[in-house]
Amino acid sequence: MKRCLWIFISFFMLEISIALHAETDAEVAARRDALDIAGAFSNEGFKIRDGHWCGVVKPHDNALVAVNLYAGNQYWFSVGATEPVKKIGVTVYDEAGKQVTTDSYDNGDKAAAGFSPANSGQYFVSVDLVEGEQGSFCLVYSYK
Amino acid sequence: MIRVANLGVLTLFIGVFAAAGAGETGHLSADQLAKAGRSDSITIPTPGELFAALGKTGKTNWSGHYRGPIPVTYSNRAQIALNLGGLIADGFIAVEAKDSQQVKNIGSDIIKLAKALGVSEQLLSRGSSINEFAEHNEWDTLQEELEATQNEVKSSMQSHADQDLVILMTLGGWIRGTQVVTAAIVKDYSEGSAKVLRQPALVHFMQSKINEISPELRGEPLVKDVSQQLGEIEKLVSFPPDKAPTLDEVRKINTSVAKMMTEIESKELPK
Repeated sequence: MKRCLWIFISFFMLEISIALHAETDAEVAARRDALDIAGAFSNEGFKIRDGHWCGVVKPHDNALVAVNLYAGNQYWFSVGATEPVKKIGVTVYDEAGKQVTTDSYDNGDKAAAGFSPANSGQYFVSVDLVEGEQGSFCLVYSYK
Repeated sequence: MIRVANLGVLTLFIGVFAAAGAGETGHLSADQLAKAGRSDSITIPTPGELFAALGKTGKTNWSGHYRGPIPVTYSNRAQIALNLGGLIADGFIAVEAKDSQQVKNIGSDIIKLAKALGVSEQLLSRGSSINEFAEHNEWDTLQEELEATQNEVKSSMQSHADQDLVILMTLGGWIRGTQVVTAAIVKDYSEGSAKVLRQPALVHFMQSKINEISPELRGEPLVKDVSQQLGEIEKLVSFPPDKAPTLDEVRKINTSVAKMMTEIESKELPK
């Protein structure tokens, strides 16, 4: 009986370990994709922030993060996502929750939104699943 | 609107680059905004971002804002964390000034101060990178390296169960950055430059993070003082989006942050 329980616990732990590892791999891959896009903007003088924000994006839901931006700077928010995400979108909102007009780059599971805030303060970046199933994503941003 | 003129590298992407506006149709509810994720590494801008914004409004004499060397022999961990943040901001100032010797001096002080927190081993390679980039005048890379150094120290703090110090380091950087920017604005005031100081949510977020740290650390006289003064500063940087603070208001912010910085640097801790 004890032996059965031990085997069950071992399998359970192994599954958890695999799940955690897979999650990490997916986020690493998503971050690499996000950095690929951001890297393109660095040719335009944009500096990439070392910080990132990773998570899971679900159908009919958005992943939202607060950022604090300065008037005068230009920003690009770049997102990468992994299978089964097919298409992802990035939207920016001001502190009152009103969507702001952005330039956008869209390539399936990679997307970016860029803009220059007229006012300093808090903004919100939303990552939306446009097509596909729940999956990992990672957001990085760059500025100049 | 940002124009991406040179699409050289972007052509690597097979996808379509669409400079189409997203429109102004969407709106998020207050409840959604309140539930938004917030993290030290993405919600809090680096001093470099603040300096970049100030740089758009006119020429700044960055080297005129250097300060003398600070002691690197503090024994109080909260004070070390606050000063480490301040030194990182000094590094960004030296990068703006394109002063490789100053960058190297500050890099060396960062390593010395970090040693007191037991994180120097991981940082040694960063120290050499900073020196190397400074030697080759790679200013953009240096900005990224400084932030990476800061994040490495923070990550080391977390793995040493010192996560409460992370926000203090961030705060130290913000205080020093704001001290320099407000001093520059006071020297050459314009409404455009003063508008960069509007950051109520940022200060509120840092204050809320300080409220989450352990009661022992929060009770330390220096942390207590800094936290109280931060509450005052939050009021000073909370002005409407379309309004710029007056010269007097900027001077007030500068006086407050300078007072905090003096306390943080001082070998005599408040009682």
